[in-house]
Amino acid sequence: MPEEVLAVRGLGKTFPGVRALDGVDLTLHAGEVHALIGENGAGKSTLIKLLTGVYRPDEGTIVFEGREVSFATPLEAQKAGISTIYQEVNLIPLLSVARNLFLGREPRNRFGVLDMARMNREAEETLATYGVRVDVRRPLRTLGVGAQQMVALARAVATDARIVIMDEPTSSLEPREVETLFSVIRRLRDAGIAVVYVSHRLDELYAVCSTVTVLRDGRRVHHGTLAELDRLQLVSTMLGRDLGEVRTEGLTKFTGDHSAATDEPVLEAKELTAKHQLHGVSVSIRPGEVVGLGGLLGSGRTETAKAIAGALPLGSGSVTVAGVPLRAGSTPAAIRAGISLLPEDRKSEGIVPGLSVRENIALAVLPRLSRFGLVSEVKVDSIVDTFIKRLRIKASSPQQKVGELSGGNQQKVLLARWLAMNPKVLLLDEPTRGIDVGAKAEVQKLVDELAADGLGVLLISSDLEELIEGSDRVVVLKDGAVVGELSGDDVTEDNLMRAIAGSDNLQGVAADG
Amino acid sequence: MTTTHTDAPMTPAPTGPVEKTEQAGPGRADRISALLQQHGALAVLVIVSLVASFSFDTFATGDNITNMATSSAFLAIVALGMTFVIITGGIDLSVGSLFALGGVLAAWGSRHGTLVALLLPLAVCGLIGVVNGLLVARSRLAPFIVTLAAMLGARGLMLALTDEGAETYLVAKGSFLAELGQGTTLGLGNPVWITLGLFVAGAVVLRRTRFGQHVYAVGGNEDAAALMGAPVARTKILVYTLSGLLAGLAGALNAAWLASGVTILGNGMELEAISAVVIGGTLLTGGLGYVSGSLVGVLLLKVIQNVINQIGSLDSSYQQVVSGAFLAVVVIAQTWLGRRRQLM
Repeated sequence: MPEEVLAVRGLGKTFPGVRALDGVDLTLHAGEVHALIGENGAGKSTLIKLLTGVYRPDEGTIVFEGREVSFATPLEAQKAGISTIYQEVNLIPLLSVARNLFLGREPRNRFGVLDMARMNREAEETLATYGVRVDVRRPLRTLGVGAQQMVALARAVATDARIVIMDEPTSSLEPREVETLFSVIRRLRDAGIAVVYVSHRLDELYAVCSTVTVLRDGRRVHHGTLAELDRLQLVSTMLGRDLGEVRTEGLTKFTGDHSAATDEPVLEAKELTAKHQLHGVSVSIRPGEVVGLGGLLGSGRTETAKAIAGALPLGSGSVTVAGVPLRAGSTPAAIRAGISLLPEDRKSEGIVPGLSVRENIALAVLPRLSRFGLVSEVKVDSIVDTFIKRLRIKASSPQQKVGELSGGNQQKVLLARWLAMNPKVLLLDEPTRGIDVGAKAEVQKLVDELAADGLGVLLISSDLEELIEGSDRVVVLKDGAVVGELSGDDVTEDNLMRAIAGSDNLQGVAADG
Repeated sequence: MTTTHTDAPMTPAPTGPVEKTEQAGPGRADRISALLQQHGALAVLVIVSLVASFSFDTFATGDNITNMATSSAFLAIVALGMTFVIITGGIDLSVGSLFALGGVLAAWGSRHGTLVALLLPLAVCGLIGVVNGLLVARSRLAPFIVTLAAMLGARGLMLALTDEGAETYLVAKGSFLAELGQGTTLGLGNPVWITLGLFVAGAVVLRRTRFGQHVYAVGGNEDAAALMGAPVARTKILVYTLSGLLAGLAGALNAAWLASGVTILGNGMELEAISAVVIGGTLLTGGLGYVSGSLVGVLLLKVIQNVINQIGSLDSSYQQVVSGAFLAVVVIAQTWLGRRRQLM
């Protein structure tokens, strides 16, 4: 057994109202490539931040190379030998490649002046071993994202790291660059460095990782050799669903069936392509239909919704609303055409907490209610009143500040804002995340009613039950591409998980069913 | 327990053919934009100077040039410190007041000898710079507000020292301080030589020392710089200290040159210095900039003022209108070039 580099025991961290990490153990050996996986909110990033000194643990111990450690800053962790490379490249774009690589440990002559010749030469040599051959005097930003990622990696490793943590390192890499990254990871492994690899791409995990830790709701739910689990088991462990578990009905407030109309699609998105994020995603929604978007975190669900709403620059592809093509990449055009997007992060992208319920609801529709720049207060009142009643928003009065409302009611206010625009298509990105059970049921019921009224709804949810019971059809995404579509009786948890785990398995299921 | 790792630094050895992940180099347009951004001010300076030399007999004379050089020197020293501050993404509005305070302190101190006359303004202005830096770096206050407060405070201090500006301290004739300010070496005023020396040193510090790297890193991406181990707070404290020291020194040299601590100087000098730095190609958003550019920026401002004086018929009030218009044009050009290069 190789030397134990890291032993984490009973690590716990609580944020106000959230138990982010609960008694988690993690052991790393020299030369081990360890997959760390879990859905959103499972505690991966909290664990990484505890290991790298961004947060301090509330309980538990971290033993690094035989000594108990407590890092106060990321810099301390880095100096001790735990390096992290982040999803977004964390370097200085305007500085030269060599200066980035050597920042803080530049070779100097005896007067303390930087030895540029030596620095550039050594930078070139180091980067060549990572397959990056560039003029190292160029500003970093002139390099491609992949090459920048390699510079970050070279920097992390060059600081005598014993553990390298990679947080979704491939999310912006080309397939070719991913291969180079893998060969570097294998060399690190052979040199006795432990690697923690965080990714949602299952193929990658199986390609480079030997061991795995699965987190769910802040707890470690599985650890061991990766080869012992197949993809389907991995996904079901991650999502917390047993295979073949009898499907229980009625757990959500969805009535399930919207007697899917046979009309022409109200929304048709074709071959949406955005660099590194979407690779030809097509979705169509008919009036009165709820189409679910399934897939793991990072599979392109949110990006698809944003692309349809004109909030993501597209490489190619088209969006048509009720037969009329939409100008690409324009949010106002999408809104005018009748598309409303309820964003995933309602705090930062949706509500204005300091404004009242009334003002929040009226925000988007104001231009339509005004004449010569003056707003008709009567019209605003009537609209606000209608939606507070219709969506059963619980506020002391329309004047109450939205920041004082519960999460569920905030979500309803947002919904009201967009419904006031009289949309044809509603894009809901995780509409029930972070709101209590009662409010969740309310929102689910509303989605049902809206569909019954003839709206086309795109529903994104990490809650499998919600997705299955709420959708008439589910389009499954993986790595930014559609890998399957389930409809009718095929919309089951088993099928959905198989589709998420890999398209190969889906064929088998389809044949079985 | 067996150990599989070696003690050697972990630079993995090349194994087999490695793939080339390089991207295409910066385009020709990008390079031209970069050149314009870095040296555009120099080109304009040369053109304006050439046109002025042909238009006015009195422009390219030895006297006029040495006068311009000396009067540029003080602003240039202030702009040097400002360059460091702006590259970290900050701003220092206190330098005009510190310049005036430094001058008064130097003149007041000159009665106790040249050493006091030089060290006193450096100590006081440097200390105010340290406080600026501490407030910006440790208390995370906005540089604009912190240095605005210091600007008001320093001017108040200066007025208190001079009895509301009523008292003007003189620098004794023939003292070493007076010689430092008024004397010439090889035909150029001593302040000019001091300025050139400071700029050479400044360029070396900025481009060729770890501190200089940290200055760029902090301005380029503060969070990344912290994660990469750059001492962000220390770097910020140092640049504001440096800016305070240089403003105080410039004030002292100016007092030596004028032979008195003039209290009405330095009003709006912070804005002139910022203009010069920006004209010189330093990004106001931080992360990119050149010491040499700031020197060119100062010279350009002074040459334009001189040209307007040469025209004579033009009211000198229009100097500021022209300077302002010129600054606007430069900033628009900078922004445009920066967007082209996707810096902003």
